[in-house]
Amino acid sequence: MDRIPILRMGEFLLVTIQVDMHDQLALTLQDDLTAQITRTGARGVLIDISSLDVVDSFIGRMLGSIASMARLMNAETVVVGMQPSVAITLVELGLTLHGIRTALNVEKGMALLRAGAARRSRA
Amino acid sequence: MPVVKEETVAIGSDADVVLVRQRVRRRAQELRFSLVDQTKLVTAASELARNALEHGRGGEMLLQVLEEPPRSGLRLVFVDRGPGISNVELAMKDGYTTGGGLGLGLGGAKRLVNEFAVESAPGAGTRVTVTKWH
Repeated sequence: MDRIPILRMGEFLLVTIQVDMHDQLALTLQDDLTAQITRTGARGVLIDISSLDVVDSFIGRMLGSIASMARLMNAETVVVGMQPSVAITLVELGLTLHGIRTALNVEKGMALLRAGAARRSRA
Repeated sequence: MPVVKEETVAIGSDADVVLVRQRVRRRAQELRFSLVDQTKLVTAASELARNALEHGRGGEMLLQVLEEPPRSGLRLVFVDRGPGISNVELAMKDGYTTGGGLGLGLGGAKRLVNEFAVESAPGAGTRVTVTKWH
């Protein structure tokens, strides 16, 4: 079965979505990611959606669920690389991805995750 | 209004929702829609195809290329075999859902296109027609 690969980078997990996701693929990603967070004790998840030319409410909801599940497992989620046309469309659709942290690119997303992990380690 | 091209895509599984997105994208590119307009139309199509699949037990999308000089357009007609919608006005409201989703499908799709119409009756399925002009 198709799977979206999950890479480990130190204490973070990196997911790059490069295919037009059908629904089952999105649900499999949810399961795989939560399992990986448990296995690796990851502190953060970075999801790169720069290759996605469409984000509909299903995929938006999936991103929101991943962020909520990860938060319950003490991992932060940052979604990076959203195309401008996708952002414009999402707002008109009425989906503001409330509660999901975003960054413009992978580099900035990683910086955000590192800062968050450092802050939580001190606390 | 002259229809210059027409094709039908069956909607019976979640893989077909992907196919719907790809077909609409290709036609919108052929008509030289702007990237934002392509994205809006493809997103609306994705919402409506999923509605047809989840609430309508599947169905089909009819895609029509319209020429009405000086403008051209894409019309998408989603027809399903589901239980129909008893209260269309309520179903259009953001946040209203019977399927456990976000309830953005119909109202959201309407905001992404130029013309939007729903015909439905209990037991008679649902037909949603959307048009985007360029």
